[in-house]
Amino acid sequence: MLKDHAKVMKAIAASGEIIGRKKLQKMIYIAKKLDFPFHEKYQFHFFGPYSEELTLRIEELCNMGFLNEIKEKKGGYFQYRYTLTDNGKEFLALNEVEMPNLSPCLEDMNGQNSRFLELVSTVLFFDTLPKEEVKEKVFTLKAKQKYTEEEIEIAYTYIESLKEKTIH
Amino acid sequence: MPYSTDKLNEEKVFKDPVHRYIHVRDRVIWDLIGTKEFQRLRRIKQLGTTYLTFHGAEHSRFNHSLGVYEIVRRIIDDVFEGREEWNNNQRLLSLCAALLHDLGHGPFSHSFEKVFDLDHEEFTRRIILGKTEVNKVLTRVEKDFPKKVAEVIAKTSKEKLVVSLISSQIDADRMDYLLRDAYFTGVSYGNFDMERILRVMRPREDQAVIKKSGMHAVEDYIMSRYQMYWQVYFHPVTRSAEVILTKILHRAKHLHEQFYSFKYHPIHFYSLFEEETSLEDYLKLDEAIILYYFQMWQEEDDTILKDLCRRFMNRNLFKYVEFDPAKEYKKLQELSGLFQKAGLDPEYYLVVDSSSDLPYDFYRPGEEEERLPIHLLMKNGEIRELSRESEIVDSISGKRRTDHKLYFPKDILKDDSSKGKIKKQIRQLLDIQ
Repeated sequence: MLKDHAKVMKAIAASGEIIGRKKLQKMIYIAKKLDFPFHEKYQFHFFGPYSEELTLRIEELCNMGFLNEIKEKKGGYFQYRYTLTDNGKEFLALNEVEMPNLSPCLEDMNGQNSRFLELVSTVLFFDTLPKEEVKEKVFTLKAKQKYTEEEIEIAYTYIESLKEKTIH
Repeated sequence: MPYSTDKLNEEKVFKDPVHRYIHVRDRVIWDLIGTKEFQRLRRIKQLGTTYLTFHGAEHSRFNHSLGVYEIVRRIIDDVFEGREEWNNNQRLLSLCAALLHDLGHGPFSHSFEKVFDLDHEEFTRRIILGKTEVNKVLTRVEKDFPKKVAEVIAKTSKEKLVVSLISSQIDADRMDYLLRDAYFTGVSYGNFDMERILRVMRPREDQAVIKKSGMHAVEDYIMSRYQMYWQVYFHPVTRSAEVILTKILHRAKHLHEQFYSFKYHPIHFYSLFEEETSLEDYLKLDEAIILYYFQMWQEEDDTILKDLCRRFMNRNLFKYVEFDPAKEYKKLQELSGLFQKAGLDPEYYLVVDSSSDLPYDFYRPGEEEERLPIHLLMKNGEIRELSRESEIVDSISGKRRTDHKLYFPKDILKDDSSKGKIKKQIRQLLDIQ
């Protein structure tokens, strides 16, 4: 029960603190694409893969008092920081979810910036297409982000390094 | 005359209770409506199990799809055409995407997707690109046309303005389903002035924006979305039916995995159980087929499957209490143990349902590049996010409201003829004396 909530909490616990909703969205999406058992449904939105279900689940966890959300004004928008509360830690201890190798993947992703994770998640969203078509998608759908060929290559390499982490 | 611009000799009209008339003049649209994949949508209800709460809610995805098409047609033909920012070459693409946007929905699709790991959007893509009648019609327009339509629906098209007409925070899809669902459920709070919103929509490079003078009509739309969310979509009785439906599917899948011998072989379910559903198998599914199995499974030997099917078919639904996971998760564990002792498998008979389990949402302003918000076009040409201008929207979108309920079979718990002592303990814990 509340297993899907517990999995999201586990992801935040493994990351320590996640700064930014966009980053959180992309981290869970990438983890899901690496076959970790997250069930939030994602769709492609203006800024890449996005899950309304995950947004609602995070709101629920904040309302339950299991997640701590700090809202900060940053430039023209608000930024949010997420950590587990003591109650959240207690809940998670009683409802432990096993996801071996999740922590190293999330820790690594958490060290990247959200712009790069947006690129990685977009590449993964089109993972059934050949690389050249993926590049074309990135250049047309993400024109404003001005990603370069080199960055896309780095994203591919990064995905491979994450896949390595899932099996060690 | 090329097929893409071919018009019917006479305009066809569909009488519609929400938009009065749906007008079809384009041959391509008329041909798409006639395909068997589109006709299948007549046999899938727009609101799934809601008819068990609001008996009028029997309308189908066919009705809704025509409605979305009609709204997009009006936006383009009555408002956008002739404006500098609108390229009328995208007209047919927009109309086809609007008409076909829900093509991949299956019966009771939210529950089916959860249990069998399906994605109706993926099936929409497969129907449009696969060997289907819909694909044949679209290919006649242009070889690449099916791909273009599929990309608009998947929101991966470079034509972002076209995408925004069908899928954004204020799109034809939401406007039609709010008005249609309000009409068929009979509630009064889903209504808003759609005509006014359409009149003040303006095309921009990436999305349709709303003239500031139309802000109050948009406020009404946002309020209606908020009300419908809590009053209709998250209605606790509908959620109870959804819980039972989901548990029937889980049970049937579990039995199949245990090599249980069904009296009524679920041949339409086999590929779902194996999670290898072909397009051909998927298109054979509709709600009539599913309800046939539920009807027959009332006679199965498995007590859980037959009980759940009996409940669903006869509307003998689970009851609920409000549940606060933060304060009561330990109680939930205790209840789970007691249910087992009482001979009730908690996996099927003690279920937490959360607002995040719903496929609907209410408006939130775009924060930190999550998704595109509603933008107002100010008199000086500036673009401003809606909640920054509207106090009403700001106040409801800033407040978080979430909800959890705990569902259980009260009738069994009140029957003390067996395990009466344990059931009494359960009733005390649930406070349902």
